[in-house]
Amino acid sequence: MEVVKKRKAKQNVINIAFVLLLLFLVMLSLYIGKYPLTIKEISQILLFKSLGKKGVWEPMAENVVLGLRLPRILAAILVGSSLSLSGATYQGIFKNPLISPDFLGVSAGACIGAAIAIIMSLSSTYIQLFAFFGGLLAVMLTLTIPKLIRSDSNIVLVLSGIVVSGAMSSIMGFIKYTADPQKELATITYWQMGSFSYVSMGSIYSVLLPIVLSCLVLFVLSWWIDIVSLGEKEAKSLGVNVSYVRNITVICATLLTASSICIVGTIGWVGLVIPHFARMLAGPENPRLMPTSYLMGAIFMLIVDTINRTLGSAEMPISILTGLIGAPFYGWLLYKQRMRLQ
Amino acid sequence: MIYEIKNISFHYSSNKRLIFKNVSLSLKKGQILSILGPNGAGKTTLLSCMKNIISPVSGEIFLCGKDIRKMNVKEIASLVGYVPQSHTPAFGYSVFDFVLMGRAPKIMMYHKPKVEDEEAAWKALEMLGITHLAEKAYTEISGGEMQQAMIARSIVCHPKTLLFDEPTAHLDYGNQLNVLRLIKKLSNEGYAIVITTHNPDHAMLLGGLAAILDKEGNLSVDHVDVIINEKLLKNVYNADLKLIKVPELSRTACVPSDL
Repeated sequence: MEVVKKRKAKQNVINIAFVLLLLFLVMLSLYIGKYPLTIKEISQILLFKSLGKKGVWEPMAENVVLGLRLPRILAAILVGSSLSLSGATYQGIFKNPLISPDFLGVSAGACIGAAIAIIMSLSSTYIQLFAFFGGLLAVMLTLTIPKLIRSDSNIVLVLSGIVVSGAMSSIMGFIKYTADPQKELATITYWQMGSFSYVSMGSIYSVLLPIVLSCLVLFVLSWWIDIVSLGEKEAKSLGVNVSYVRNITVICATLLTASSICIVGTIGWVGLVIPHFARMLAGPENPRLMPTSYLMGAIFMLIVDTINRTLGSAEMPISILTGLIGAPFYGWLLYKQRMRLQ
Repeated sequence: MIYEIKNISFHYSSNKRLIFKNVSLSLKKGQILSILGPNGAGKTTLLSCMKNIISPVSGEIFLCGKDIRKMNVKEIASLVGYVPQSHTPAFGYSVFDFVLMGRAPKIMMYHKPKVEDEEAAWKALEMLGITHLAEKAYTEISGGEMQQAMIARSIVCHPKTLLFDEPTAHLDYGNQLNVLRLIKKLSNEGYAIVITTHNPDHAMLLGGLAAILDKEGNLSVDHVDVIINEKLLKNVYNADLKLIKVPELSRTACVPSDL
């Protein structure tokens, strides 16, 4: 039993270190930017505001901290952690380390849902709902193809995801083609590229509840995802209600992806790459992988967005940066795991 | 009586051909039943019915005196340990965590294993003498070690009966004998055991009951010495097999006569 206890202790150390690192990065990210601020000012604003007291500082400083930087930081943390947690969930539940929200067509589906809602000029609540059902529909389509051809292999699931994503991007193209180029097209394009620049506290509040609930459910079910990942028959023989666990976790993971897409648009690669990094550090068991993956996703997104915000004069769509980091890493991963994938 | 199976038949919904028909058998505490039969005869299907993963189209199965259709999945899972044919999971869970998953029947949904579950998993590892593998990735151990880990997982809930689906397939000769020895030991501890195997000699080594499931789906059960004879083996495997008394071993062995 000693080894088991030792492993738990090691796990706690890793997670505590990540929490501290995240807190440090939040402060750092509040500090750096074009408008110069001192640590003292930032702490004063945060402390006094959260206690509801009045303090003396420049109104511009408060605006930068609370109106600009804090919402972006919170959004980066929320989106990064949501995407990597949903990626880890999909990988576990479909017993396939090669998939992610993007590869299953979830992101493309959610994007179409959102685009339809934008064209119909619906409110942000509806955009969120449409994005969720679009994502859910896409993932269901992706899962149907392997069933139709009666194949359980990892590669077929990945290929099926490519088929669905391809169809989705055609539909997306059609929607864009018919959209009003002055207003709607720009909004839809912004969604597809992903950006943190228009995030407000309001948009964060609107997705907070579904995100927090989904994360809680996934953390609580993490051990059961391990069992389902052994395969349907084996999980059943262990007395597990496989379809219940699968349905609940897929809904939660899709809700996480759709909610992220609602506030910042599609951001590629995070849901694929971060769970892999986390698996190397924490091991493949979901009860240990998921918290680490969650924290690493938050840290990664915060770093990338802070760099994006402070480097250069104009901001790039965030997917460009995550792709530049994610794609080579995925290549390296394929190289490293080439023995196991065969 | 652990198992009481009465007249069960099964066919898949897509194909009306019966995989097996009117199968009856009973199994007591500490008994071993080896199910023999050619490839594709439906041995695994029969085990799946006994585990209630699929339901027979007719007939009844009683597990520890209760109708299996009226029991919930967790109750069945905690009474019946299942050792599947070897497999490769997608993720390299540690052997300890793999064995710990065997506690699922005792753990409520939305809960996680507690310290007592971890202690039970550790005890199962100790019983099989594989505590040194606890931290190893399940995907990186040998076939024989995997089989041991799977057996550890099946006994971690202290079930009444264990079902083995071809436990000796994919193992080298030494490990095949190790697994058989382990099965014998488990039956001496009181587990009622069902195994499927392709090797009549394994059934004879284990002793106890044997059953033959033929291509037509008929199952005949009796004591292994009674049921296994040369004529029947010829029928089932379409090969010339000889039963030879080996005085040095004081047992009968089943060997092929020629190629």
